[in-house]
Amino acid sequence: MSTTEDVYAGSTETTEGRVFTVSGQDWDQIVSGLAEESEERVVVNMGPQHPSTHGVLRLILELEGETVTEARCGIGYLHTGIEKNMEYRSWVQGVTFCTRMDYLSPFFNEATYVLGVERLLGIEDQVPEKAQVMRVLLMELNRISSHLVAIATGGMEIGALTVMTIGFRERELVLDLFELITGLRMNHAFIRPGGVAQDLPPGALDEIRAFIALMKKRLPEYAALCNANPIFKARLEGVGHLDLEGCMALGLTGPVLRSTGYPWDLRKTQPYCGYEDYDFEVQTWDTCDSYGRFRIRLNEMHESLKIVEQAADRLAQLEGAPVMIDDKKIGWPSQLAIGSDGMGNSLDHIRHIMGESMEALIHHFKLVTEGFRVPPGQAYVPIESPRGELGAHVVSDGGTRPFRAHFRDPSFTNLQATSVMSEGGMVADVIVAIASIDPVMGGVDR
Amino acid sequence: MSEDKTPDKTPEKGPEQPAVEQSPENVPAPRGEVHERGRRTGMFGVKGSGDTSGYGGLVQPVIFPGSAKRPYGGWFDEVADRLDPLISDVVIHRGEITFHVARENLVEVAQLLRDDPSLRFEFCSGVSGVHYPEDTGRELHAVYHLLSMTYNRRIRLEVAVPDEDPHIPSIVAIYPTNDWHERETYDMFGIIFDGHPALTRILMPDDWPGHPQRKDYPLGGIPVEYKGGSVPPPDQRRSYN
Repeated sequence: MSTTEDVYAGSTETTEGRVFTVSGQDWDQIVSGLAEESEERVVVNMGPQHPSTHGVLRLILELEGETVTEARCGIGYLHTGIEKNMEYRSWVQGVTFCTRMDYLSPFFNEATYVLGVERLLGIEDQVPEKAQVMRVLLMELNRISSHLVAIATGGMEIGALTVMTIGFRERELVLDLFELITGLRMNHAFIRPGGVAQDLPPGALDEIRAFIALMKKRLPEYAALCNANPIFKARLEGVGHLDLEGCMALGLTGPVLRSTGYPWDLRKTQPYCGYEDYDFEVQTWDTCDSYGRFRIRLNEMHESLKIVEQAADRLAQLEGAPVMIDDKKIGWPSQLAIGSDGMGNSLDHIRHIMGESMEALIHHFKLVTEGFRVPPGQAYVPIESPRGELGAHVVSDGGTRPFRAHFRDPSFTNLQATSVMSEGGMVADVIVAIASIDPVMGGVDR
Repeated sequence: MSEDKTPDKTPEKGPEQPAVEQSPENVPAPRGEVHERGRRTGMFGVKGSGDTSGYGGLVQPVIFPGSAKRPYGGWFDEVADRLDPLISDVVIHRGEITFHVARENLVEVAQLLRDDPSLRFEFCSGVSGVHYPEDTGRELHAVYHLLSMTYNRRIRLEVAVPDEDPHIPSIVAIYPTNDWHERETYDMFGIIFDGHPALTRILMPDDWPGHPQRKDYPLGGIPVEYKGGSVPPPDQRRSYN
């Protein structure tokens, strides 16, 4: 051991052996400390608070030199009991909870839950066309913003900081659109059973079109910056290899599955929300590695932009069409409006229920406080989230609250591939492999 | 299910009642097939003497969709034919098919579903638990969603076990993806998956007492004090049911 104490790398003796705490740049003490016990295995705990583990993910790596011999994940640090909480709120309030799970793709969480509830209610065919188009629009914008973060943080973790800054620059534009349409940048609770919460605000389509035009100029920047960049390719190519058999066995979906060349995309294979009416291609790559997943995400953003464009054109034709189901026993009774003191229930609606119709007041009160009842049964309507198959197993016992809502989150399932993707590789490649899975811990731990 | 009209029922309805023919979905399920999974009492969440509406005494059974009768329609029959002796019940609801399987048959069913060339359910979306505290003898349900990418089909398997003996064989050897899913279901419901390589808690801390998603586990939380008032935690508030 070195004679000087290293403030960044102290060590303590435990029954398990010597434990080093590494928090800075100077590894002298570690290196010399290990030299004394070179025959023993080294177990490195990376995280849960580590900038390049995508949130509070704990990685337990067994090393031999710089080679990873075993890799395991420790999760649960972000468990918030969302599924349990949903059992204590009405069906509509459930949207407010599940939107917070995978915080990078909130609209997908809402959509899969809402589609499940609609199937249980048997109202899948009655949801207005405009609501479905708006859902598709928001989901595809969300796919762009989510993939941008995946590429941005993935780039940052290998030192490509420009990719990070431009990724977040573009994501900001998407969030501005979300703010314009739903009022919030995240945690929208906008997709509701029976439709969506609100109609498009005036001028939204112009903003969307301006965004599409800008993104068409900016997306090629990523390709120019990364696609043929030798350093970028050297870090990503062949790293995090997982073939089709591995994906099937471990239940991986999304870009990881498509990087094996298998064009499985629920938007095409099991369309929902009217995806069969849009013209787009399923993006695949055939290298089974991190680079392929990066290229798929990049290409999918172009495809999403195509869908957004088509959805915007359809919305232009649907001006003034309803966005909530006609069934008064399910549809939310009030509409929001901007008043002199900010957004609130529209004054017309308040005048109606407070001044004109006692029945309307009772109806509003019953639907808002008690909520509607959903017939007993269970439903599972998975959708293609940016990370793969996201599904909500929704169970009703006939009451006004979900009896059970379980989310099959793709991040949770895909993270199981950490071991097979990184064992036998270098420590630095673990980071790349995990970034290519793109796990969001809010979704993993729920 | 609802479509089946046994001919011996028509006479007792009387010839002047065409309602059954016009809306077959309203035909009550035949006796003996209805399985009650719980009871709902009251209406507005009021308990005790506060209720003046009279609805407080209301008692309604909770009845889930009943067994389906052949033909199930489409590819449902093909899958059911292959599995037939191994399944105990089939439920078709809202276009989704659920096969109820006894736990001793689960591994065989899963192996068959994955490997049979005419089934090819190569993808498992995991297992989700549901706790029905009033479904005596079948309190804990494990629900598996399977997908055949080859044929583009989805089915659901449901296994029910009693609370006193919450053991279900693990299918991790068949679907390795279920590793974490079974750990989560164990963590949240206390269902023990026999044969799982390392059945430990996954989301809750290792030394956590209880299984939080069970219905007898309270939501917890603490009352919120606000401007002199106190709002009880969600599970203790007055609520509709």
